[in-house]
Amino acid sequence: MSKTNITCINCPMGCPLEITMENDIISVIGNKCNKGKEYAIREITNPTRIVTSTVKVNGGERPVVAIKTQDEIPKKLIFDVMKEINKVTINAPVNLGDIVIENVLNTNVNVIATANDKVK
Amino acid sequence: MKRELVIIGGGPAGLAAAVEAHNNGINDILILERDKNLGGILQQCIHNGFGLHIFGEQLTGPEYSERFIKKVNELNIEYMLDTMVLNIDSSRKITALTPKTGVFEIEAGAVVLAMGCRERTRGALNIPGSRPSGILTAGAAQRFVNMEGYMVGKKVVILGSGDIGLIMARRMTLEGAEVKMVLEIMPYSTGLKRNIAQCLVDYDIPLYFNHTVVNIHGKNRLEGVTVAEVDEYRKPIAGTEKYVECDTLLLSVGLIPENELSKGAGIEISGITSGPVVDESMQTSVEGIFACGNVVHVHDLVDFVTQESYLAGKGAAKFIKGELSKSKKVISTLGENGIRYVVPQKINPDNVDDSVNFFMRVDNVYKNVFIEVLSEGKTVLKVKRPVVSPGEMENIKIKREILENINFNKLIFSLKEA
Ligand SMILES: Cc1cc2nc3c(=O)[nH]c(=O)nc-3n(C[C@H](O)[C@H](O)[C@H](O)COP(=O)(O)OP(=O)(O)OC[C@H]3O[C@@H](n4cnc5c(N)ncnc54)[C@H](O)[C@@H]3O)c2cc1C
Ligand code: SF4
Repeated sequence: MSKTNITCINCPMGCPLEITMENDIISVIGNKCNKGKEYAIREITNPTRIVTSTVKVNGGERPVVAIKTQDEIPKKLIFDVMKEINKVTINAPVNLGDIVIENVLNTNVNVIATANDKVK
Repeated sequence: MKRELVIIGGGPAGLAAAVEAHNNGINDILILERDKNLGGILQQCIHNGFGLHIFGEQLTGPEYSERFIKKVNELNIEYMLDTMVLNIDSSRKITALTPKTGVFEIEAGAVVLAMGCRERTRGALNIPGSRPSGILTAGAAQRFVNMEGYMVGKKVVILGSGDIGLIMARRMTLEGAEVKMVLEIMPYSTGLKRNIAQCLVDYDIPLYFNHTVVNIHGKNRLEGVTVAEVDEYRKPIAGTEKYVECDTLLLSVGLIPENELSKGAGIEISGITSGPVVDESMQTSVEGIFACGNVVHVHDLVDFVTQESYLAGKGAAKFIKGELSKSKKVISTLGENGIRYVVPQKINPDNVDDSVNFFMRVDNVYKNVFIEVLSEGKTVLKVKRPVVSPGEMENIKIKREILENINFNKLIFSLKEA
């Protein structure tokens, strides 16, 4: 039997969740709603995160522009995705929603711009 | 120049107030913003987690503010960038400075103050001696990294567990820095639980409660800090000192509303929130001057800033149209027994549409409590909270009918053990 304690982050309540694994059966206590249970199970089996960062821009008003993974990617790939993000330089103009990297590391998730940058 | 409504600050608060005033029939609106762009501090908050309440999805800071910038543009609401407001007087005359035309004046029918807040620095480091480079506020670091693309250091210690510090712990880690620890002088964090989980726990960054920095080392560039445990009076405990090598110390010790202008206009400022005392319509003590967002009290969720700013925009519109009731009945709100403050501080039930959402902060972490609302010793409303903490703003809605039926002119918010 293994016990893990995490905090549910799906709403500002931040319920403390206790996850117990026994013979492949996962049980959760401390959640005030079902979202918390789903989250706990995901955190134990396949945790995922949105990654936000910036990429360099050529010829823009700003040297960098904000980006994010459009959907959550596996948590264990965060640093690999960051490496891909840091390889990229894009050209101004940049529009919010522009695809910066398509299907990053075969996750089926695009990296998109989350801000605008005009041509200088 | 004469304008019906002038909004000072083009962050989320100013933008939402402008949109809502327009929705309530005011067309002659001018937003004054000192920065090169609209969006306020959200421009540098590139992480996600904004907008869950308002839009039902998780947006990044720039995406959240862009939704409002778009609306402002669609509605043809006018704004001036690079324009710094220097002064407002109690008759709503505004003096501002813009590089193109220099100093100019505007007579405003109504004003909304939306100047946001700034970071505290003073008092964070009570250490004598020189300051090597490498010590900066977490917000300044956020601006350097996210807007200038400039990494501020490689080995980082963060003092204070406020949200911006937590967010920057993750951000610096993602950019290849080693974040050694976050130190919090209090026994609890003022940051959101969500940020502790996703910014520290995810990256195995330790958070030490009851700890602070007691010494700084290095001549030109920071070389290290001495950290120590503190006792219940927040005094360092001798013998607990440890040296930590680092080239960067980020300060994340809280925010304070930006109210130089408000004071100049003679607006009553609350000693607790450091922001203007406001009523149900977000009107300050000076008639026709409204305020919303972080200039009133520091919010941790921008969604609540937006809600509050809609009220201010609507209130200003009503004021301009002469629809704001000035009836004598005013209820004052007060926090007691662990509730540090309540906003709004004054209520005229005549001006309430459906209900008032009262925002409040507690002075410590309490478990299993009721937030009780009392008038003349009688309980008006009671809500249970499994846990309340100074880092997370609480809010309670009270219906207009209930407010109308209060005979006493005081409404007291108090914590009670469940
Ligand atoms: C460094 C920092 C980081 C933050 N990070 C987060 C975060 O990660 N998540 C979160 O939910 N909240 C964060 N906050 C809180 C955040 O400020 C609020 O959620 C929200 O942005 C407040 O909106 P606002 O419009 O009241 O203030 P702001 O966004 O600060 O906007 C105020 C605007 O007024 C302008 N202004 C001020 N004075 C004048 C003047 N005299 N003349 C003309 N213009 C003026 C400023 O330039 C600015 O654009 C952060 C705050 C700071 C200071
Ligand atoms: S369990 Fe439900 S109520 Fe608790 S934090 Fe998660 S989403 Fe919120």
